[in-house]
Amino acid sequence: MQADRPSNMRTRMAAALLSLAGLFVSLYLYLYKLGYIGTLACGTGGCETVQFSSYSRLLGIEVPLLGVAGYAVLLGLSLLALQQRGNPRWPGLLRLLSGGGVAFSAYLTYLELFVIHAICRWCVGSAVIILLLFIAALFMRAETETATA
Amino acid sequence: MAASAGGMNRFYLILGGLAVAGAAVLAALTLRKPAVSIPANAAVQVSDTSGFHGYYAGSDSAPLTVTEYADYECPACQEWASVQFPTIEERLIKTGKVRWRYRDFPLDQIHPHALIAAHAAACADEQGKYWEMNHRIYSWEPRWPEQRDALGTFSGYAKDVGLDLPKYGACMLSARYAGRLQASKAEGMAAGVPSTPTFLINGRLFLGGRSVHYDMLKAMLDSLAGGPAQ
Repeated sequence: MQADRPSNMRTRMAAALLSLAGLFVSLYLYLYKLGYIGTLACGTGGCETVQFSSYSRLLGIEVPLLGVAGYAVLLGLSLLALQQRGNPRWPGLLRLLSGGGVAFSAYLTYLELFVIHAICRWCVGSAVIILLLFIAALFMRAETETATA
Repeated sequence: MAASAGGMNRFYLILGGLAVAGAAVLAALTLRKPAVSIPANAAVQVSDTSGFHGYYAGSDSAPLTVTEYADYECPACQEWASVQFPTIEERLIKTGKVRWRYRDFPLDQIHPHALIAAHAAACADEQGKYWEMNHRIYSWEPRWPEQRDALGTFSGYAKDVGLDLPKYGACMLSARYAGRLQASKAEGMAAGVPSTPTFLINGRLFLGGRSVHYDMLKAMLDSLAGGPAQ
């Protein structure tokens, strides 16, 4: 069974750890938006500008809340993918969702750089996390294909 | 199985430990006391009142001066600032017909963020951006009165209106305008202000957000001029 390969399991463990890290970054930003955290630890000073820009909401939903929900789902999928008798479709779903996350993060990074003209380090951190998560999900696929070839 | 049960258990233990540690950090951040606190019973110094009589907008030769006593966290003040003030500002203040004087009347007993909001505006005044900050705070976007600690929101506003953030932060930490806020409220109480918003025009108090509006002020200007104001 391809999921038993040690490197594949390490990849899935890494995906779970990355999802947890992303979840906490999003939660931190969302708690800030709710006013539970006084000021953001942000060396650039651009975090407030980004968080209070008109782009900090999508269809009336706070972007950090979308991050919390997205990373929570990705964490759940990563944990399911770690199960010995898990559904073989979980890695595929993980790839799909993390791929969507990468596209969304790329859009947000574009807005930061070219529209808002401010950089939020936490948002960049989240973009790096989702990219690594997507790469991990791609490796799961490669290993699956190698194992089944 | 390549990944042993022991190895998996160790991984779940690490993941669980990290989850608990992360949750503990976030809990500590949310439960900590706000870094800035503006005392409600600050002693009023001579410097709090001498030479400072409120925040002014408009020409000092305007035929009419309106004093507004308001609280940033008061819903009626917010509604008035959003609905009535923009028209008055555009058509009467900027055209030199009315001079506006804003006085803080923070109802800190019922509005926990009232003092900090007024102080944030005072710190913006130091950098010549009082009215920009006043408008931004009254925007209530996001709804900071519902926040546990609105300091971060006000820092965001400070950044938005172009304040020098380190200077603004130092001003907030110093709470140097606490006495001025007390003096402003004392002035309102001495004038008989019972609630917010209250307006003082030609020695007469007008209570509530519905009492003062563009048409009313225009009619007052008309009567002062002996005919319709242009």
